[in-house]
Amino acid sequence: MVRLAILTSRIRVEEKLLIEALRQRSIAFDIIDDGELLLDLSHPDERWHAYDAVLCRSMSQSRGLTVLHVLEHWGVRVCNAATVTATCNDKLLTTLALLRGGIPTPRTLLAFDSQVTINGIEMLGYPVVLKPITGSWGRLLARINDRDAAEAVIEHQETLGSYQHHVHYVQEHIAKPQRDIRAFVVGDRTICAIYRTSEHWVTNTARGAVASNCPVTPDLDSLCVRAAQAVGGGILAIDVLEDPQCGLLINEINATMEFRNSIAPTGVDIPNVMLDYILSGVREEAVR
Amino acid sequence: MTHCPECEAEITVQDLMVGEITYCPDCSAELEVLRLEPPAVALAPQVEEDWGE
Repeated sequence: MVRLAILTSRIRVEEKLLIEALRQRSIAFDIIDDGELLLDLSHPDERWHAYDAVLCRSMSQSRGLTVLHVLEHWGVRVCNAATVTATCNDKLLTTLALLRGGIPTPRTLLAFDSQVTINGIEMLGYPVVLKPITGSWGRLLARINDRDAAEAVIEHQETLGSYQHHVHYVQEHIAKPQRDIRAFVVGDRTICAIYRTSEHWVTNTARGAVASNCPVTPDLDSLCVRAAQAVGGGILAIDVLEDPQCGLLINEINATMEFRNSIAPTGVDIPNVMLDYILSGVREEAVR
Repeated sequence: MTHCPECEAEITVQDLMVGEITYCPDCSAELEVLRLEPPAVALAPQVEEDWGE
């Protein structure tokens, strides 16, 4: 009998939907709070081997990634893989993976010195977007419209931010049409997508953007699956920008995707598709 | 039933799970469910820098 574990920091709507789907399918599972873990690295806790797979749903990216690394070291099957999660948690690593895979993505500069960063910004031309390399939910994104703003934000990053904020990740601004696309890739297909529409230039639903169905065209499907494969594949949410000149660009990829606002507009039962994918992986491994 | 650590209003955890967030009906404090039996809640932690997708 299959037994799964779900690693959590907090029970959100997504976790409740996954739990409901597991119960409906009579699949045995445990919820494991990442805050309660004590991992003795040289002495694997045998309880983990009772699980056919562990699904990482930690809201804390650092905790989730840490546990994934340890579980993989102990030979426990996890979803998503640690390397995939590490790449997606880091915007620099994501950009490099996309470039390596030949996936279209906004032009991005990296600099450390404030004046060199400003030179780079002015080479791209205003506006640009400054982002922390780590972070989520649209936090601490800054659209820089002029030199005054550039100088102020970079000074704030260097004075108030942690060392991670001293690496300046500068992206060309894409004049998207008041929306972006969030596509959900599970394994080798794009199962659904939404438009995230907002009057604000940041179009995260966590920041109030409204979700509506986005048809998954063959082009969108192909691009998103290639992007997912570029970071290692799994259960991934792909953020896509519509550039008026260049077409679809991959912006970011999320390894612990939130999907509560995407089930109703798309009509796709996302938690059950996720479980199908995990269970098919478990069955394949059992056959091997 | 338990009480809000902020304003001592009565809080019920019926239909909730450990780790879930609820809100105090009186003061709107964000509360994390720590235990169901006997019920216990605590002020939910502030959003951490590494929280997200």
